[in-house]
Amino acid sequence: MSSDSAPVSNWLEKNLPGEILADLEKTAKEHKLSESQKNKLLDELKKRYANSQITPGEAVGIITAQSIGEPGTQMTMRTHHFVGVAELNVTLGLPRIIEVLDLRKEPKTPSMLIYLNQPHNQSREAAEKVANKIRQVVLGELAKEISMSITDFSVFVKFDREELSAHHVSVDGMFDILLKQLHGYVVEKQDGGIVIKQKEKEIKKLYRLKEKIKELAVAGIKEISNTLPINRGGEWLIQTFGSNLKSVMLIDEVDDKRTTTNNIVEVAQVLGIEAARQVIIDEIMKVLEEQGMPVDYRHIMLIADIMCQTGDLRSITRHGITSQKSSVLARASFEIPLKHLINASVVGETDQLRSVVENIMVNQAVPVGTGLPGLVVKMKEPETKKRVKHDS
Amino acid sequence: MTDVYLNGSLIGAVDNAVGFAESVISGRREGKVTSLLNVYYNKREDTIKLWTERDRVRRPLIVVKDSRPALTDEHMSKLKSGELKWSDLVKLGAIEYLDAAEEENAYVAMTPNKITKNHTHLEIDPIAVFGICTSMVPYANFNPSSKLNRGQKTQKQAMGCYALNFLNRMDTAINLLHYPQVPLVRSFTQEIYGDALSSGQNVVVAIINFDGYNMNDALTVNRASIDRGLWRSTYYRPYVTEKLRYPGGQIDDICIPQKDVQGYTLEKDYRFLGEDGIIAPEVEVSGGDVLIGKTSPPRFLGKLEAFSAAANIRKDTSVRVRYGERGVVNKVIVTESEDGQVLIKVDVREYRKPEIGDKFSSRHGQKGVIGRIVPPEDVMFSASGIVPDIVFSPNGLPKRMTVGHLIEALGGKVGALTGRSIDGTLFHSEGPDKLRQELLSMGFRDDGTEVLHDGRTGRQYRAKIFVGNMYYMRLKHQVADKLQARARGPIALLTRQPTEGKAKEGGLRLGEMEKDCFVAHGSALLMKERFDSDKTIQWICEKCGSVGVFDSYRAKAYCLCGEKTKVEPIEMSYAFKLFLEELRAMHLRPKLILKDKY
Repeated sequence: MSSDSAPVSNWLEKNLPGEILADLEKTAKEHKLSESQKNKLLDELKKRYANSQITPGEAVGIITAQSIGEPGTQMTMRTHHFVGVAELNVTLGLPRIIEVLDLRKEPKTPSMLIYLNQPHNQSREAAEKVANKIRQVVLGELAKEISMSITDFSVFVKFDREELSAHHVSVDGMFDILLKQLHGYVVEKQDGGIVIKQKEKEIKKLYRLKEKIKELAVAGIKEISNTLPINRGGEWLIQTFGSNLKSVMLIDEVDDKRTTTNNIVEVAQVLGIEAARQVIIDEIMKVLEEQGMPVDYRHIMLIADIMCQTGDLRSITRHGITSQKSSVLARASFEIPLKHLINASVVGETDQLRSVVENIMVNQAVPVGTGLPGLVVKMKEPETKKRVKHDS
Repeated sequence: MTDVYLNGSLIGAVDNAVGFAESVISGRREGKVTSLLNVYYNKREDTIKLWTERDRVRRPLIVVKDSRPALTDEHMSKLKSGELKWSDLVKLGAIEYLDAAEEENAYVAMTPNKITKNHTHLEIDPIAVFGICTSMVPYANFNPSSKLNRGQKTQKQAMGCYALNFLNRMDTAINLLHYPQVPLVRSFTQEIYGDALSSGQNVVVAIINFDGYNMNDALTVNRASIDRGLWRSTYYRPYVTEKLRYPGGQIDDICIPQKDVQGYTLEKDYRFLGEDGIIAPEVEVSGGDVLIGKTSPPRFLGKLEAFSAAANIRKDTSVRVRYGERGVVNKVIVTESEDGQVLIKVDVREYRKPEIGDKFSSRHGQKGVIGRIVPPEDVMFSASGIVPDIVFSPNGLPKRMTVGHLIEALGGKVGALTGRSIDGTLFHSEGPDKLRQELLSMGFRDDGTEVLHDGRTGRQYRAKIFVGNMYYMRLKHQVADKLQARARGPIALLTRQPTEGKAKEGGLRLGEMEKDCFVAHGSALLMKERFDSDKTIQWICEKCGSVGVFDSYRAKAYCLCGEKTKVEPIEMSYAFKLFLEELRAMHLRPKLILKDKY
């Protein structure tokens, strides 16, 4: 496509994105360009814009697959790289890409990046304060001592005053929580601690009760098992291990507009499909950049678009996008063919032979590139009868 | 109480496990218990395991007693004088064999000066941590370990003289190197295992780029060296057949097959056969030529078929030279097999000169193929008249860090100049410093570099070029075995697609990923053409969508659905036709709906 032909040029003028035109005006003003110079620049812009557009019939999908697949083969060899020693270990490399494309419900290492509002992101101490609020605390951490008494089958919890105040809870508060969470036990206050009595006289069960009490969540946000304040671009933010976007966004100190998680399914539920699309792109780009693989952003965009196209997340597996292909043959050629063939015959499906795979199977020209254009002809009634070709 | 197992089955229990294990070991050293017994005390499981089973891998170690090796200087001097033998050392308890289990309890010192009071054994030599092939790599301790793996792998692929009685043997597909040499730089294991049957030749190597013909691990070779017999080899392949007897008194016939035999090929294929149906030695043959003429009785005779004339035609089961191979008949043997049948073996030999694409390697995993054979007048030379046999690319060195490669070249140079062999044994080799000193004293530059001149212009190179003598092996991967191409040829019966593999004159598969490239380029019609190898035309009924019948006698197509319907010739891949038939076999009925293409 060249910008020389008038119709294309006119079309472009109307269709150049406003952002680009605004940019042009801005630069023209900055550099004090004359009208003719500006026009020259506009022409160049149009040319570049036209050149960067995809040609009709270009096999974008295959090119995307190849552009990611080829460097991916080199990536398998160095998978176990982590972000850094100081920060939390987050899976990266090929396993992470597979995780994103397969839309794993729960990533291997769920992690959030929590941005904070103005005063809180200025110092490490301020950020740490918020982090402590967010991190889930189990009772075992607050207790100075958890002891069992076999005589009356009870567990006695003695609290550490300093730990309590650090997490803004009191013994009374703990008492309420325990009362709420433990059913079928007698919970009493005693000597500044709490006694939990078991009704059954069984030592094994008592031991299990002790372990259960140790792991009881008493403060902070569920799922978030660890937090780490980090400095990025001059501001302090919190990286977490574990993810709970909804609850974290409700905290006042948190900047809910920028806070993200690497759990795509969660983002889709909390923020919607557009946000999920962006997270897919960001997560894949993050891995690729970390590995030093120069893959064009638009390839990743295409993948994310396909995954989010229907408004629901679809994985790149036989359960996701492949299951929704319209062609029976295309579906059957990718994993579990029998199921698709039998279902198709039960319903009486018709394959229109419209995409690539089917046409390769029957050996027809694939509707891509040179195989795409057809001929539109209004046929007159044939004068002679159609000849029948014979197989020689 | 600790359970005691003998060869995996429980035989009893002891109170003092450690004491028991120690008493067994000391008993073995004193000769009270067989030296084939090994004890292993597993502390974690609290079990003692005794092993006497066969096929355990065991290795010898020097026993350490009270922080002192049991093998003394006295032993050594007696060994030298011949008073003692290795087996005596085992009997004396100076050396014992440990298996994998007992090794878990042992603490082995690498060298005598590293023995502490905790050590139980001493390594005979640090080289024992390596295998036979790895220990034959000279200066191996200068190389990264990954390169050692590769270095020993290529040694296994090297051609040499595999057995001294090779003239009397008939091994399948064997390569023999014509003038194998003992390496100039060698480890002492090479002396033990490899000197009689070494597998390479010493060549002069220059490390410099040669017009890009040695890039990416290629080698450029001086034609003069090849013309003088460097790396020539012979390839042997035996062809075997047996004169079989079949139930019903039928028997194979070794003869010149008659023309009416089923599967008879061109007359010229049989031209070398003697009266007895076997080829004579020293005949030049090539692919397809018959070596042993043989006919077999027809198989699977039914009751009725036995009486029909057509079924009594015998089959041609002659033994032919493999497709794409050639050579000279080396020897013919007619004997009897184990079952008493007549057994005929024909050995074909082929003389091979190194050619472009043949694979070579040094002992450091630096393998490569010949990129160009250079006329001798174009090869660089030094003032003293040294011309390299091969030119190795310097780009093969930095990333792989095979420093041993360079030191071997240096050592080889010293060896060639002084006429002695250089000890390159791992960990106690003649060091590079000593080699440099020696080179310097002989009037050469101590870093091994030399002033070279370009063979074509005669101009002196600006840089000094590293030149040395190295041991290079010819590997068994040769182009002659692998080169193959086809335009038309045989197809598989079922799919009508070209056959696969060189032996079957097959095509080169355009696989799934290659297909993707066609799609990515948008060259749809080119791809269709490329996949046309199994093109077929099927007559499809417009009404019922199934395959119709073409009556070529009346030149008319019709459909079995009976009514007067139109049947159209449709082009498709044979694989798709097969697929439709397979669906039908599964009781699914695919229908083809016909439409005008445009």
